[in-house]
Amino acid sequence: MNDATVFLTQILEGKMQKVNLCETCSKEKGVQDPTGFALADLLLGIGAAEEIEKGSGTAQKCPVCGYTQADFKKTGRLGCSSCYLTFAEGLGTLLKAMHKGTEHVGKLPQRAFRAMELSDKMRTLTEDLEKAVAEENYETAASLRDEIKKLEAEIAVRP
Amino acid sequence: MKFATVISTAGEWLRGEGPHHQIVISSRVRLARNLRNRAFPGWAKKAERTAILELIKPRVEDLPDMQDSFSEALQELTPVEKQVLVERHLISREHAAKGVGSGVVMNRKQTLSIMINEEDHLRMQAIRSGLQLKQAHKLVDKIDSALESKLDFAYDQHLGYLTACPTNVGTGMRASAMLHLPGLVLSELINQVIQAVSKIGLAVRGLYGEGTEAMGNLFQISNQTTLGEKEEEIIARLSKVIETIIEKEHDARQVLIQKKPNTLWDQIGRAYGVLTFAHAMSSKEALNLLSIIKLGVDLGAFPEDRRLPIDELFIDTQPAHLQKSSQQKLNAEERDHLRAQIIRERLKVFPKPDISKLARESDERSTSSPPEHE
Repeated sequence: MNDATVFLTQILEGKMQKVNLCETCSKEKGVQDPTGFALADLLLGIGAAEEIEKGSGTAQKCPVCGYTQADFKKTGRLGCSSCYLTFAEGLGTLLKAMHKGTEHVGKLPQRAFRAMELSDKMRTLTEDLEKAVAEENYETAASLRDEIKKLEAEIAVRP
Repeated sequence: MKFATVISTAGEWLRGEGPHHQIVISSRVRLARNLRNRAFPGWAKKAERTAILELIKPRVEDLPDMQDSFSEALQELTPVEKQVLVERHLISREHAAKGVGSGVVMNRKQTLSIMINEEDHLRMQAIRSGLQLKQAHKLVDKIDSALESKLDFAYDQHLGYLTACPTNVGTGMRASAMLHLPGLVLSELINQVIQAVSKIGLAVRGLYGEGTEAMGNLFQISNQTTLGEKEEEIIARLSKVIETIIEKEHDARQVLIQKKPNTLWDQIGRAYGVLTFAHAMSSKEALNLLSIIKLGVDLGAFPEDRRLPIDELFIDTQPAHLQKSSQQKLNAEERDHLRAQIIRERLKVFPKPDISKLARESDERSTSSPPEHE
């Protein structure tokens, strides 16, 4: 173990975070110029890797892109959008510490919005159908079933 | 459009006069987007990156807002050309390091710049002059909405837009403003401001973003978090903080005028003297001195019509801009020489600083009741 020669401090939301690194580690982490270096990235890299390890135990690999925890540990970046699912457990804690909240409340892509609308409509129709069947209202049930079929077809052609 | 055409004119944000333009140089909003289930640029192999670039680039070029655009694959640009774009804040330093499989598309006015395969598949940015974060967001949001019907963006119901770095997940939005704060620096209040801003979850950075030094009394303030808050809320919060900083900067300037007029006059006079007569000047020294001249224009020591030439020098004296304007390859020493020469020539028509207005103001202040300051 070497003596730390690079000291970084970041104050975020009133909490002070310090990282001390030796010459070799600092070079490895890409800290050549301590003033010109984003501490957050370093902290994220280290913290993130620990969280992921806690979450999943053994070496996990993203089925879509083949990214591993070790890769994440090294770069602090993920491999593809699917990695968020693969490493969900560990990422949850990490995101909680990193952001204001854990749920997205901002912009919704039109595509996602339409998909949500369709699934809401499907839920209502299914409930109505169950009700109609329970009430032995078969005429309504038949027309509801047709509507559901149409909606299913519409959902199926969506990308 | 050719690269030469792009750089022949300054970006609209430099010439424009947005609200609070004396202190807020520019407002920028960028959105990060990725394609679903495709490896992020940092992980994708060259062939996949190229395929993604070929998928995204024509769709960006086809946008109505991107007619008459400059569009290029990064390996086609020379290191100096890339650096020119960095100095104009049209691409990031990280993007400038990219080659095959990455690209950039920007409009002629240089208000919109779209980086393909930076850290994310898409980084879309809008720049406006002065404090116009809301307007910048509107501009880039329109681009995003137009693209989402043509590209399948990675989006999760709970986590929002999925990005290569978990720090950007959610809105994928980074809103930032470039502030010129010589008053707070001269009165040694800047560190207090930086600490206060950091405490409320906003980031303060130097001239070229993450991990760069503050030069020319220029500071970038941006949101640090992207998940759990609406875009509009983030922008409102940031704008409010920036408005407070603008107020503090004005206060600091008034206190300097009132309590330390000689120091202020000395700083402006020295900056003018060095810039007018120096024969070698580093980029850092130039920025720091130009900043004081800019403050002089704000305070009325120089005529208002001298503002644009000074603002332009901020960009034109940057290393790659100098290199581009010269026909041969320059070493650092030659650049410093050329930089001083350009500044001297532009300042030839510059009148000497006129302190009378400043002096009048400090007299008025000392006889009437001055505003309260801590």
